[in-house]
Amino acid sequence: MVPVSYYLAISGILFTLGAMGVLIRRNALVIFMSVELMLNAGNLAFVAFARMYNTFSGQLFVFFVMTVAAAEVAVGLALIVAIFRTKNSINVDQMSSLKG
Amino acid sequence: MNLDLIVFLVLALTSVASAIGMLLSRSAIYAALYLVMNFMTVAIFYLLLGAPFIALSQVTVYAGAIMVLFLFVVMLLGTEALAPTSVLPYQRNAALVLGALLVVEIGYWIWRGAMTGLIPLPSSELNSMTSVQAMSKMLFSQYLLPFEVTSVLLLVAMIGAIVLTIKQKGERG
Repeated sequence: MVPVSYYLAISGILFTLGAMGVLIRRNALVIFMSVELMLNAGNLAFVAFARMYNTFSGQLFVFFVMTVAAAEVAVGLALIVAIFRTKNSINVDQMSSLKG
Repeated sequence: MNLDLIVFLVLALTSVASAIGMLLSRSAIYAALYLVMNFMTVAIFYLLLGAPFIALSQVTVYAGAIMVLFLFVVMLLGTEALAPTSVLPYQRNAALVLGALLVVEIGYWIWRGAMTGLIPLPSSELNSMTSVQAMSKMLFSQYLLPFEVTSVLLLVAMIGAIVLTIKQKGERG
């Protein structure tokens, strides 16, 4: 069997790449995808720990994280579409005013 | 070197490479497709970890539903190549440094955990198909309240998405 720390290492690397994506990219959609990548890395760690302790709680948490991520994507993409309608751009550097 | 480790290493390489590809690709469509590939490899990780239900919901919910929504919005907006802006010119270098720090920190704690005997993965009964049955029993008894709250959350998200994107009277575009 592969040791659980390997899975945790992969999870950490994916989380870091997602965080760097949020910091580097200026496209709001790609930033959003990077957030999804970070959520996925967290899920992977959850499942790895669930396997280590032989319990289902971790897997059920992943289930809940997935539903929250789905809700988040629906609302977030709606926000991006609304921002694009008013500003004609989804570059986060240009979203600097609170009022349209 | 046994077969499990080889499969794991190939998958790990694929997932990290696709994540880097997502980070570096200029077009949002390519980024989304790289992310689908990453989700698929993570789904196979779940299978290796004995979580078939989670693996299948990963494929249907993430790679199926969420990424299709992403691709739909990318094509709807049609803002493929953004002009590079330099509001904070030092941001990229700062992000690289901070990312390196984060990976060192995570690596250190995982290494410490591995040193203190985190390693063994017991072969378990989780690996059988009855795990779905046992999981659903737990979901509908111990975790019943979060499950119901989730349904309310999904309803709120649905209504919120409709309200946010609906066109007001007299609004242009």
